[in-house]
Amino acid sequence: MIVYLLCFVLFLVGLYGVITRRNLIKIAISLSIMEFSIFLILVLIGYIDQGLAPIVNTNSGPEIYVDPLPQAMVLTAIVIGLATTAMLMAIAIRLYRKYKTFDIREIKNLRG
Amino acid sequence: MELQISIILGFMIIGAIYALHAKDLLSAVIAMGIVGYGLVICFLLLKAPDLAIVQIVVETITLVIMVAVVLDSTREEEKVPFDRTSLVNTLVAFVVFAGLFYFFLHAIEDLNPLGKHTLGMAESYVIGALEHTGSVNLVTGVLFDFRAYDTLGEAVILYTAALGALTLLRMKGKKTD
Amino acid sequence: MEGMSTIVKKVSQLVAGLIFMYGIYIILHGHLTPGGGFAGGAIVAGAFILLILAFGSSALNLKKEVAGSSNTESVAILLVVILALMSLFLGAKVFFGNFLPKGEAGTLLSAGVIPLYNIFIGIEVAGAILTIFLALVIFKEESSK
Repeated sequence: MIVYLLCFVLFLVGLYGVITRRNLIKIAISLSIMEFSIFLILVLIGYIDQGLAPIVNTNSGPEIYVDPLPQAMVLTAIVIGLATTAMLMAIAIRLYRKYKTFDIREIKNLRG
Repeated sequence: MELQISIILGFMIIGAIYALHAKDLLSAVIAMGIVGYGLVICFLLLKAPDLAIVQIVVETITLVIMVAVVLDSTREEEKVPFDRTSLVNTLVAFVVFAGLFYFFLHAIEDLNPLGKHTLGMAESYVIGALEHTGSVNLVTGVLFDFRAYDTLGEAVILYTAALGALTLLRMKGKKTD
Repeated sequence: MEGMSTIVKKVSQLVAGLIFMYGIYIILHGHLTPGGGFAGGAIVAGAFILLILAFGSSALNLKKEVAGSSNTESVAILLVVILALMSLFLGAKVFFGNFLPKGEAGTLLSAGVIPLYNIFIGIEVAGAILTIFLALVIFKEESSK
Protein backbone atom coordinates (compact mmCIF):
# COMPACT_ATOMS: atom_id res chain seq x y z
CA MET A 1 0.00 0.00 0.00
CA ILE A 2 2.87 2.33 0.66
CA VAL A 3 3.83 2.33 -3.03
CA TYR A 4 0.46 3.83 -3.90
CA LEU A 5 0.96 6.56 -1.31
CA LEU A 6 4.40 7.39 -2.66
CA CYS A 7 2.95 7.66 -6.16
CA PHE A 8 0.38 10.09 -4.83
CA VAL A 9 3.13 12.12 -3.15
CA LEU A 10 4.84 12.44 -6.55
CA PHE A 11 1.52 13.62 -7.99
CA LEU A 12 1.23 16.22 -5.23
CA VAL A 13 4.77 17.47 -5.90
CA GLY A 14 3.78 18.04 -9.53
CA LEU A 15 0.55 19.76 -8.49
CA TYR A 16 2.47 22.06 -6.16
CA GLY A 17 4.72 23.01 -9.06
CA VAL A 18 1.82 23.84 -11.37
CA ILE A 19 0.13 26.02 -8.75
CA THR A 20 3.00 28.00 -7.26
CA ARG A 21 5.69 28.41 -9.91
CA ARG A 22 5.81 31.48 -12.12
CA ASN A 23 8.11 30.27 -14.85
CA LEU A 24 6.46 28.64 -17.86
CA ILE A 25 9.13 25.97 -18.26
CA LYS A 26 8.71 24.93 -14.61
CA ILE A 27 4.95 24.62 -15.15
CA ALA A 28 5.54 22.35 -18.16
CA ILE A 29 7.98 20.20 -16.16
CA SER A 30 5.48 19.85 -13.29
CA LEU A 31 2.70 18.83 -15.66
CA SER A 32 4.95 16.11 -17.04
CA ILE A 33 5.77 14.89 -13.51
CA MET A 34 2.05 14.58 -12.73
CA GLU A 35 1.56 12.44 -15.84
CA PHE A 36 4.44 10.13 -14.91
CA SER A 37 2.97 9.41 -11.50
CA ILE A 38 -0.34 8.37 -13.04
CA PHE A 39 1.41 6.02 -15.49
CA LEU A 40 3.17 4.32 -12.61
CA ILE A 41 0.08 3.80 -10.50
CA LEU A 42 -1.85 2.33 -13.44
CA VAL A 43 0.84 -0.26 -14.17
CA LEU A 44 1.22 -1.02 -10.45
CA ILE A 45 -2.44 -1.93 -10.14
CA GLY A 46 -2.17 -4.50 -12.91
CA TYR A 47 0.88 -6.35 -11.57
CA ILE A 48 0.50 -10.01 -10.52
CA ASP A 49 3.06 -11.81 -8.35
CA GLN A 50 5.17 -14.40 -10.22
CA GLY A 51 3.50 -13.29 -13.46
CA LEU A 52 5.31 -13.28 -16.77
CA ALA A 53 5.57 -10.50 -19.30
CA PRO A 54 2.60 -10.65 -21.67
CA ILE A 55 4.29 -12.50 -24.57
CA VAL A 56 2.76 -15.92 -25.12
CA ASN A 57 5.23 -18.77 -25.43
CA THR A 58 3.71 -21.26 -27.87
CA ASN A 59 5.70 -24.23 -26.61
CA SER A 60 4.60 -24.29 -22.97
CA GLY A 61 1.16 -24.69 -21.42
CA PRO A 62 -1.04 -22.00 -19.89
CA GLU A 63 0.82 -19.56 -17.65
CA ILE A 64 -0.08 -16.59 -15.49
CA TYR A 65 0.50 -13.33 -17.35
CA VAL A 66 0.60 -9.80 -16.02
CA ASP A 67 -2.54 -7.87 -16.90
CA PRO A 68 -2.07 -6.45 -20.43
CA LEU A 69 -4.98 -4.01 -20.35
CA PRO A 70 -3.41 -1.23 -18.20
CA GLN A 71 -0.22 -1.57 -20.25
CA ALA A 72 -2.10 -0.88 -23.48
CA MET A 73 -3.75 2.19 -21.94
CA VAL A 74 -0.46 3.58 -20.61
CA LEU A 75 1.17 3.05 -24.03
CA THR A 76 -1.43 5.35 -25.56
CA ALA A 77 -1.06 7.83 -22.72
CA ILE A 78 2.74 8.13 -23.07
CA VAL A 79 2.48 9.21 -26.69
CA ILE A 80 -0.30 11.67 -25.84
CA GLY A 81 1.95 13.15 -23.13
CA LEU A 82 4.65 13.71 -25.75
CA ALA A 83 2.17 15.56 -27.99
CA THR A 84 1.01 17.80 -25.12
CA THR A 85 4.54 18.67 -24.02
CA ALA A 86 5.58 19.46 -27.61
CA MET A 87 2.65 21.86 -28.08
CA LEU A 88 3.41 23.54 -24.74
CA MET A 89 7.03 24.07 -25.76
CA ALA A 90 5.93 25.60 -29.08
CA ILE A 91 3.68 28.05 -27.21
CA ALA A 92 6.48 28.85 -24.74
CA ILE A 93 9.05 29.70 -27.38
CA ARG A 94 6.51 31.86 -29.19
CA LEU A 95 5.76 33.78 -26.01
CA TYR A 96 9.45 34.27 -25.30
CA ARG A 97 10.03 35.80 -28.72
CA LYS A 98 7.28 38.31 -28.17
CA TYR A 99 7.62 39.29 -24.51
CA LYS A 100 11.29 38.40 -23.80
CA THR A 101 10.39 36.64 -20.55
CA PHE A 102 8.98 33.33 -19.33
CA ASP A 103 7.27 34.84 -16.27
CA ILE A 104 3.51 34.40 -16.51
CA ARG A 105 2.68 37.40 -14.34
CA GLU A 106 4.69 39.74 -16.52
CA ILE A 107 3.05 38.31 -19.62
CA LYS A 108 -0.35 38.86 -18.09
CA ASN A 109 0.44 42.48 -17.31
CA LEU A 110 1.95 43.42 -20.64
CA ARG A 111 -0.41 44.02 -23.47
CA GLY A 112 1.62 43.47 -26.67
CA MET B 1 9.08 -5.84 -5.24
CA GLU B 2 7.50 -3.21 -2.99
CA LEU B 3 10.86 -2.32 -1.46
CA GLN B 4 12.61 -1.86 -4.82
CA ILE B 5 9.90 0.29 -6.31
CA SER B 6 9.68 2.35 -3.12
CA ILE B 7 13.42 3.11 -3.28
CA ILE B 8 13.21 4.19 -6.92
CA LEU B 9 10.14 6.30 -6.14
CA GLY B 10 12.11 7.96 -3.36
CA PHE B 11 14.79 8.99 -5.87
CA MET B 12 12.12 10.24 -8.26
CA ILE B 13 10.51 12.39 -5.56
CA ILE B 14 13.86 13.92 -4.60
CA GLY B 15 14.60 14.65 -8.26
CA ALA B 16 11.17 16.21 -8.75
CA ILE B 17 11.55 18.47 -5.71
CA TYR B 18 14.95 19.60 -6.98
CA ALA B 19 13.52 20.27 -10.45
CA LEU B 20 10.99 22.67 -8.98
CA HIS B 21 13.48 24.66 -6.94
CA ALA B 22 16.45 24.87 -9.28
CA LYS B 23 17.66 28.37 -10.10
CA ASP B 24 19.01 27.44 -13.51
CA LEU B 25 16.46 26.26 -16.05
CA LEU B 26 18.85 23.79 -17.69
CA SER B 27 19.36 22.00 -14.35
CA ALA B 28 15.60 21.78 -13.93
CA VAL B 29 15.19 20.15 -17.34
CA ILE B 30 17.94 17.62 -16.62
CA ALA B 31 16.37 16.85 -13.23
CA MET B 32 13.16 16.00 -15.05
CA GLY B 33 15.22 13.33 -16.78
CA ILE B 34 15.70 11.64 -13.41
CA VAL B 35 11.96 11.15 -13.06
CA GLY B 36 11.57 9.92 -16.63
CA TYR B 37 14.42 7.43 -16.61
CA GLY B 38 13.52 6.17 -13.12
CA LEU B 39 10.13 5.37 -14.57
CA VAL B 40 11.84 3.18 -17.21
CA ILE B 41 13.47 1.10 -14.45
CA CYS B 42 10.11 0.76 -12.70
CA PHE B 43 8.49 -0.47 -15.91
CA LEU B 44 11.21 -3.09 -16.36
CA LEU B 45 10.70 -4.32 -12.79
CA LEU B 46 6.95 -4.56 -13.35
CA LYS B 47 7.33 -6.86 -16.39
CA ALA B 48 6.24 -4.31 -19.01
CA PRO B 49 8.95 -4.27 -21.74
CA ASP B 50 6.75 -2.57 -24.34
CA LEU B 51 6.24 0.43 -22.10
CA ALA B 52 9.92 0.63 -21.20
CA ILE B 53 10.95 0.94 -24.87
CA VAL B 54 8.35 3.61 -25.62
CA GLN B 55 9.09 5.60 -22.45
CA ILE B 56 12.86 5.69 -22.95
CA VAL B 57 12.64 6.92 -26.54
CA VAL B 58 9.88 9.45 -25.84
CA GLU B 59 11.73 10.80 -22.79
CA THR B 60 14.89 11.35 -24.84
CA ILE B 61 12.99 13.21 -27.56
CA THR B 62 11.19 15.35 -24.95
CA LEU B 63 14.49 16.27 -23.29
CA VAL B 64 16.03 17.24 -26.65
CA ILE B 65 13.06 19.51 -27.46
CA MET B 66 13.09 21.13 -24.01
CA VAL B 67 16.84 21.79 -24.07
CA ALA B 68 16.47 23.30 -27.54
CA VAL B 69 13.85 25.70 -26.17
CA VAL B 70 15.70 26.54 -22.94
CA LEU B 71 19.14 27.17 -24.46
CA ASP B 72 17.69 29.93 -26.55
CA SER B 73 16.59 32.09 -23.63
CA THR B 74 17.87 33.63 -20.44
CA ARG B 75 18.11 30.36 -18.45
CA GLU B 76 17.50 32.20 -15.21
CA GLU B 77 14.40 32.24 -13.13
CA GLU B 78 13.28 35.59 -11.82
CA LYS B 79 13.66 36.07 -8.09
CA VAL B 80 10.44 35.82 -6.14
CA PRO B 81 10.43 37.97 -2.97
CA PHE B 82 9.69 35.74 -0.01
CA ASP B 83 7.10 37.84 1.76
CA ARG B 84 3.90 37.14 3.65
CA THR B 85 1.74 36.50 0.58
CA SER B 86 3.84 33.64 -0.69
CA LEU B 87 4.01 32.13 2.81
CA VAL B 88 0.22 32.22 3.12
CA ASN B 89 -0.07 30.66 -0.37
CA THR B 90 2.24 27.81 0.57
CA LEU B 91 0.38 27.12 3.83
CA VAL B 92 -2.99 27.04 2.05
CA ALA B 93 -1.51 24.68 -0.55
CA PHE B 94 -0.33 22.32 2.18
CA VAL B 95 -3.71 22.31 3.90
CA VAL B 96 -5.43 21.42 0.61
CA PHE B 97 -2.89 18.69 -0.01
CA ALA B 98 -3.55 17.19 3.43
CA GLY B 99 -7.24 17.07 2.58
CA LEU B 100 -6.54 15.38 -0.78
CA PHE B 101 -4.30 12.85 0.93
CA TYR B 102 -7.06 11.93 3.38
CA PHE B 103 -9.51 11.33 0.53
CA PHE B 104 -6.93 9.27 -1.34
CA LEU B 105 -6.49 7.02 1.69
CA HIS B 106 -10.21 6.36 1.63
CA ALA B 107 -10.17 5.73 -2.11
CA ILE B 108 -7.56 2.96 -2.04
CA GLU B 109 -9.14 1.02 0.81
CA ASP B 110 -10.67 -1.54 -1.52
CA LEU B 111 -7.62 -2.13 -3.67
CA ASN B 112 -5.89 -5.49 -3.45
CA PRO B 113 -2.33 -5.34 -2.12
CA LEU B 114 0.46 -5.17 -4.67
CA GLY B 115 0.68 -8.38 -6.69
CA LYS B 116 -2.65 -9.94 -5.78
CA HIS B 117 -4.58 -8.47 -8.69
CA THR B 118 -7.47 -10.53 -10.05
CA LEU B 119 -8.02 -10.28 -13.80
CA GLY B 120 -11.42 -8.75 -14.09
CA MET B 121 -12.21 -7.45 -17.53
CA ALA B 122 -9.02 -8.70 -19.08
CA GLU B 123 -9.95 -12.35 -18.50
CA SER B 124 -11.55 -12.63 -21.93
CA TYR B 125 -8.69 -10.70 -23.52
CA VAL B 126 -5.97 -12.98 -22.18
CA ILE B 127 -7.64 -16.37 -22.61
CA GLY B 128 -9.02 -16.02 -26.13
CA ALA B 129 -6.37 -13.63 -27.47
CA LEU B 130 -4.13 -16.10 -29.26
CA GLU B 131 -6.89 -17.76 -31.29
CA HIS B 132 -8.87 -14.58 -31.89
CA THR B 133 -6.10 -12.26 -33.03
CA GLY B 134 -3.27 -14.61 -33.91
CA SER B 135 -0.57 -12.38 -32.41
CA VAL B 136 1.85 -13.69 -29.81
CA ASN B 137 2.37 -10.26 -28.23
CA LEU B 138 -0.72 -9.74 -26.08
CA VAL B 139 -0.35 -5.97 -25.69
CA THR B 140 -0.19 -5.45 -29.48
CA GLY B 141 -3.18 -7.74 -29.92
CA VAL B 142 -5.20 -5.77 -27.38
CA LEU B 143 -4.11 -2.44 -28.87
CA PHE B 144 -4.81 -3.20 -32.51
CA ASP B 145 -7.69 -5.64 -32.39
CA PHE B 146 -9.78 -5.30 -29.24
CA ARG B 147 -9.09 -1.59 -28.67
CA ALA B 148 -8.42 -0.33 -32.16
CA TYR B 149 -10.45 2.85 -31.70
CA ASP B 150 -8.07 4.06 -28.98
CA THR B 151 -5.13 3.57 -31.33
CA LEU B 152 -6.88 5.53 -34.07
CA GLY B 153 -7.59 8.36 -31.62
CA GLU B 154 -3.97 8.44 -30.50
CA ALA B 155 -2.68 8.59 -34.07
CA VAL B 156 -5.03 11.49 -34.76
CA ILE B 157 -3.84 13.33 -31.62
CA LEU B 158 -0.21 13.01 -32.69
CA TYR B 159 -1.08 14.20 -36.19
CA THR B 160 -2.95 17.20 -34.75
CA ALA B 161 -0.01 18.08 -32.51
CA ALA B 162 2.33 18.06 -35.53
CA LEU B 163 -0.01 20.32 -37.51
CA GLY B 164 -0.46 22.58 -34.50
CA ALA B 165 3.29 22.98 -33.99
CA LEU B 166 3.70 23.74 -37.71
CA THR B 167 0.98 26.42 -37.53
CA LEU B 168 2.16 28.02 -34.29
CA LEU B 169 5.77 28.31 -35.37
CA ARG B 170 5.21 30.01 -38.67
CA MET B 171 6.84 33.37 -39.16
CA LYS B 172 5.30 35.87 -41.47
CA GLY B 173 7.46 35.86 -44.55
CA LYS B 174 9.45 39.04 -44.75
CA LYS B 175 11.78 37.71 -47.40
CA THR B 176 11.40 38.75 -50.98
CA ASP B 177 10.63 35.76 -53.15
CA MET C 1 22.68 26.45 -36.47
CA GLU C 2 26.05 25.09 -37.46
CA GLY C 3 27.07 21.49 -37.42
CA MET C 4 29.56 19.85 -35.16
CA SER C 5 33.13 18.66 -35.71
CA THR C 6 34.17 16.08 -38.28
CA ILE C 7 34.38 13.17 -35.85
CA VAL C 8 30.79 13.69 -34.72
CA LYS C 9 29.62 13.88 -38.32
CA LYS C 10 31.31 10.65 -39.39
CA VAL C 11 30.25 8.66 -36.33
CA SER C 12 26.66 9.84 -36.58
CA GLN C 13 26.55 8.82 -40.23
CA LEU C 14 27.45 5.27 -39.23
CA VAL C 15 25.27 5.05 -36.15
CA ALA C 16 22.15 6.62 -37.69
CA GLY C 17 21.96 3.86 -40.28
CA LEU C 18 22.04 1.20 -37.57
CA ILE C 19 19.38 2.99 -35.51
CA PHE C 20 17.15 3.24 -38.57
CA MET C 21 17.42 -0.50 -39.25
CA TYR C 22 16.75 -1.28 -35.58
CA GLY C 23 13.61 0.85 -35.70
CA ILE C 24 12.35 -0.98 -38.78
CA TYR C 25 13.03 -4.31 -37.06
CA ILE C 26 10.99 -3.28 -34.04
CA ILE C 27 8.09 -2.17 -36.26
CA LEU C 28 8.03 -5.33 -38.37
CA HIS C 29 8.23 -7.76 -35.42
CA GLY C 30 5.60 -5.89 -33.43
CA HIS C 31 3.33 -8.89 -33.11
CA LEU C 32 6.08 -11.25 -31.96
CA THR C 33 8.33 -9.31 -29.57
CA PRO C 34 7.74 -6.24 -27.40
CA GLY C 35 7.61 -3.06 -29.41
CA GLY C 36 5.12 -2.35 -32.10
CA GLY C 37 4.28 0.70 -34.16
CA PHE C 38 4.75 3.48 -31.60
CA ALA C 39 8.12 2.44 -30.25
CA GLY C 40 9.53 1.69 -33.70
CA GLY C 41 8.25 4.95 -35.16
CA ALA C 42 9.85 6.97 -32.38
CA ILE C 43 13.18 5.17 -32.88
CA VAL C 44 13.16 5.92 -36.63
CA ALA C 45 12.47 9.59 -35.84
CA GLY C 46 15.39 9.50 -33.41
CA ALA C 47 17.76 8.44 -36.20
CA PHE C 48 16.76 11.43 -38.33
CA ILE C 49 16.99 13.82 -35.38
CA LEU C 50 20.53 12.59 -34.72
CA LEU C 51 21.55 13.42 -38.29
CA ILE C 52 19.97 16.87 -38.15
CA LEU C 53 21.70 17.72 -34.88
CA ALA C 54 25.10 16.54 -36.07
CA PHE C 55 25.13 18.25 -39.45
CA GLY C 56 23.38 21.46 -38.50
CA SER C 57 20.42 22.99 -40.22
CA SER C 58 22.60 24.90 -42.70
CA ALA C 59 23.31 21.65 -44.55
CA LEU C 60 19.63 20.96 -45.22
CA ASN C 61 16.99 22.41 -47.46
CA LEU C 62 14.49 23.00 -44.66
CA LYS C 63 11.42 23.77 -46.73
CA LYS C 64 11.70 20.52 -48.65
CA GLU C 65 12.39 18.51 -45.50
CA VAL C 66 9.33 19.68 -43.64
CA ALA C 67 7.16 19.28 -46.74
CA GLY C 68 8.42 15.70 -47.15
CA SER C 69 7.82 14.70 -43.55
CA SER C 70 4.36 16.23 -43.28
CA ASN C 71 3.26 14.70 -46.59
CA THR C 72 4.54 11.30 -45.45
CA GLU C 73 2.64 11.39 -42.18
CA SER C 74 -0.56 12.52 -43.89
CA VAL C 75 -0.42 9.68 -46.43
CA ALA C 76 0.30 7.17 -43.66
CA ILE C 77 -2.70 8.10 -41.53
CA LEU C 78 -4.89 8.10 -44.61
CA LEU C 79 -3.78 4.54 -45.33
CA VAL C 80 -4.68 3.53 -41.75
CA VAL C 81 -8.24 4.77 -42.23
CA ILE C 82 -8.52 3.13 -45.65
CA LEU C 83 -7.32 -0.18 -44.20
CA ALA C 84 -9.91 0.07 -41.45
CA LEU C 85 -12.64 0.87 -43.98
CA MET C 86 -11.64 -2.01 -46.23
CA SER C 87 -12.78 -4.43 -43.59
CA LEU C 88 -16.30 -3.06 -44.00
CA PHE C 89 -16.46 -4.76 -47.37
CA LEU C 90 -14.48 -7.95 -46.80
CA GLY C 91 -14.49 -10.45 -43.98
CA ALA C 92 -16.53 -9.77 -40.91
CA LYS C 93 -18.18 -6.58 -42.24
CA VAL C 94 -17.38 -4.48 -39.16
CA PHE C 95 -15.15 -1.41 -38.94
CA PHE C 96 -11.60 -2.38 -37.84
CA GLY C 97 -12.21 -6.09 -38.24
CA ASN C 98 -9.38 -8.50 -38.82
CA PHE C 99 -10.01 -9.84 -42.30
CA LEU C 100 -6.74 -11.31 -43.52
CA PRO C 101 -6.00 -14.96 -42.69
CA LYS C 102 -4.15 -15.63 -39.49
CA GLY C 103 -1.24 -17.94 -40.14
CA GLU C 104 0.32 -20.10 -37.47
CA ALA C 105 1.23 -18.14 -34.39
CA GLY C 106 4.85 -17.13 -34.00
CA THR C 107 5.88 -16.65 -37.62
CA LEU C 108 6.42 -13.33 -39.34
CA LEU C 109 3.44 -13.57 -41.69
CA SER C 110 0.72 -14.12 -39.13
CA ALA C 111 -1.93 -12.27 -37.12
CA GLY C 112 -3.93 -11.04 -40.08
CA VAL C 113 -3.99 -7.29 -40.53
CA ILE C 114 -1.95 -6.36 -37.42
CA PRO C 115 1.51 -6.17 -39.12
CA LEU C 116 0.09 -3.78 -41.73
CA TYR C 117 -1.32 -1.56 -38.99
CA ASN C 118 2.06 -1.58 -37.26
CA ILE C 119 3.86 -0.43 -40.42
CA PHE C 120 1.51 2.43 -41.20
CA ILE C 121 1.26 3.66 -37.61
CA GLY C 122 5.07 3.49 -37.36
CA ILE C 123 5.51 5.68 -40.45
CA GLU C 124 2.92 8.12 -39.12
CA VAL C 125 4.55 8.47 -35.70
CA ALA C 126 8.00 8.97 -37.24
CA GLY C 127 6.66 11.66 -39.57
CA ALA C 128 4.83 13.48 -36.78
CA ILE C 129 7.80 13.62 -34.40
CA LEU C 130 10.09 14.74 -37.22
CA THR C 131 7.63 17.48 -38.23
CA ILE C 132 7.51 18.83 -34.68
CA PHE C 133 11.29 18.94 -34.45
CA LEU C 134 11.73 20.53 -37.88
CA ALA C 135 9.15 23.21 -37.09
CA LEU C 136 11.21 24.15 -34.02
CA VAL C 137 14.46 24.25 -36.05
CA ILE C 138 12.87 26.42 -38.77
CA PHE C 139 11.56 28.84 -36.15
CA LYS C 140 14.95 29.22 -34.53
CA GLU C 141 16.60 29.73 -37.92
CA GLU C 142 14.20 32.38 -39.14
CA SER C 143 14.03 34.34 -35.92
CA SER C 144 17.78 34.56 -35.50
CA LYS C 145 18.28 36.26 -38.84
